[in-house]
Amino acid sequence: MIEAVNLYKSFGDREVLKNINVQFEKGKTNLIIGESGSGKTVLMKCLVGLLEVDKGKVLYDNRNFSEMALRARKAIRQEIGMLFQGGALFDSLNVEENVMFALNMFTNMTPEEKLERVNFCLCRVNIVNSNKLYPSELSGGMKKRVAIARAISMNPKYLFCDEPNSGLDPKTSILIDNLISEITREYEITTVINTHDMNSVIEIGDKIAFIYKGELWWEGTNEEILVSDNKEINDFVYATELLRKLKK
Amino acid sequence: MHVFYHIGKYGLLMVRTFARPQKWNAFRKQVFIEMDALCLGSLGIIAIISVFMGAVLVIQTAYNIDSPWIPLYTIGFTARQSLVLEFCPTMISLILAGKVGSRISSEIGTMRVTEQIDALEIMGVNSANYLILPKVTACVLINPFLIALSMFLGLIGGWLAAVVGHVTTSHIYILGIQSFFVPYEIFYALIKTAFFAFIITSVSGYHGYFTHGGALEVGRSSTLAVVYSSILIILANLVLTQLLLAA
Repeated sequence: MIEAVNLYKSFGDREVLKNINVQFEKGKTNLIIGESGSGKTVLMKCLVGLLEVDKGKVLYDNRNFSEMALRARKAIRQEIGMLFQGGALFDSLNVEENVMFALNMFTNMTPEEKLERVNFCLCRVNIVNSNKLYPSELSGGMKKRVAIARAISMNPKYLFCDEPNSGLDPKTSILIDNLISEITREYEITTVINTHDMNSVIEIGDKIAFIYKGELWWEGTNEEILVSDNKEINDFVYATELLRKLKK
Repeated sequence: MHVFYHIGKYGLLMVRTFARPQKWNAFRKQVFIEMDALCLGSLGIIAIISVFMGAVLVIQTAYNIDSPWIPLYTIGFTARQSLVLEFCPTMISLILAGKVGSRISSEIGTMRVTEQIDALEIMGVNSANYLILPKVTACVLINPFLIALSMFLGLIGGWLAAVVGHVTTSHIYILGIQSFFVPYEIFYALIKTAFFAFIITSVSGYHGYFTHGGALEVGRSSTLAVVYSSILIILANLVLTQLLLAA
């Protein structure tokens, strides 16, 4: 489980996160949703330690990540997998080398064992016969899937996904969502997804945290969000005229 | 105050850069890749510039010698001294600051804006160490060899100009480049080169590493990397010359 306790983060005078208290549960797909500029990306970056929090703490299974020394943090980071918005695959490495990267850096596996693990991860995300392709030769959806394979290569306990569906067509988006959801259940991972895609919210949102103007505004499940009477939630969920009519 | 902010930030980055590599095998492999990409990839331009630089030096020196009291072997001697002491180590390093510096800065800058550096950090990899140290090591180790080659090619260029242009005879030119030779001057030039290689790679790495934004900022970082590397090379040239050559 990942916990954010009394989290505050500012940039200059601008307070981006205000007193965030939220728990992300193990074996569930936890979603952080909110409008653009609401602070959800900053929250995710604070959770993984890419940004330092001003106040408060982040706990990984009761281990205080925010106050850890660099070496201890490094150990936790090896338990984290992250899928970035653009994939963030290393341009100079091919698909196989990208997925193998962490295995090369942190394990003493033999080349055969590493290749076996890489092929297993790629197979898990339905990428076959593409080991030698470079990121520039992959489609958007394939990049995301390779990035997922790279994220799970080290058997992570925690998986973070920053807008996994951005730039993808609806069909591929659902595919990626389902893949993340399946992997989460299969390996009992604590998954945190940052999104503003309502399809993802409805399809895979086991737990949803709605961030509004830097505050945790609402928490619930994908079923609860559809019947919530919170005005800000309704403005976000039923953003289009068509959806408002459907709700009525 | 802005200067001190950057010096401090650069210093902290260097502390992270010079940490122990995560895996020595991966580090060694990366150093060889960088040697090939950054150093050996510059061989062509270095060869062309060196040959022509040597040739022009010989022609200009001959042009300026109009007294019969000055022996003709002075042409070879002057060309050697100019090439070894200043032209090859400093001028070639300034050219490398443009070629290699902009490459390093734009490569690391692009990795920053496309979140590849964040991906390294999330994995628990010391990104500064992984990205910058192999480049610094490769250039500091290989650039002195490149400059030694540049000196040799410069002297060959001078010889070609002397012989083909009938400036002087081959024998007199060779006599000139052998006259009053002090081996320490080669050592001085190579030490300078190693320092310049460090400046080029670390300053360019710094500008790339702290790029924020998009394509525009990557381009801006590349320009800043070249400008600051060049200025620092010129400053370091003065300091090192004073330290190593002043009586």
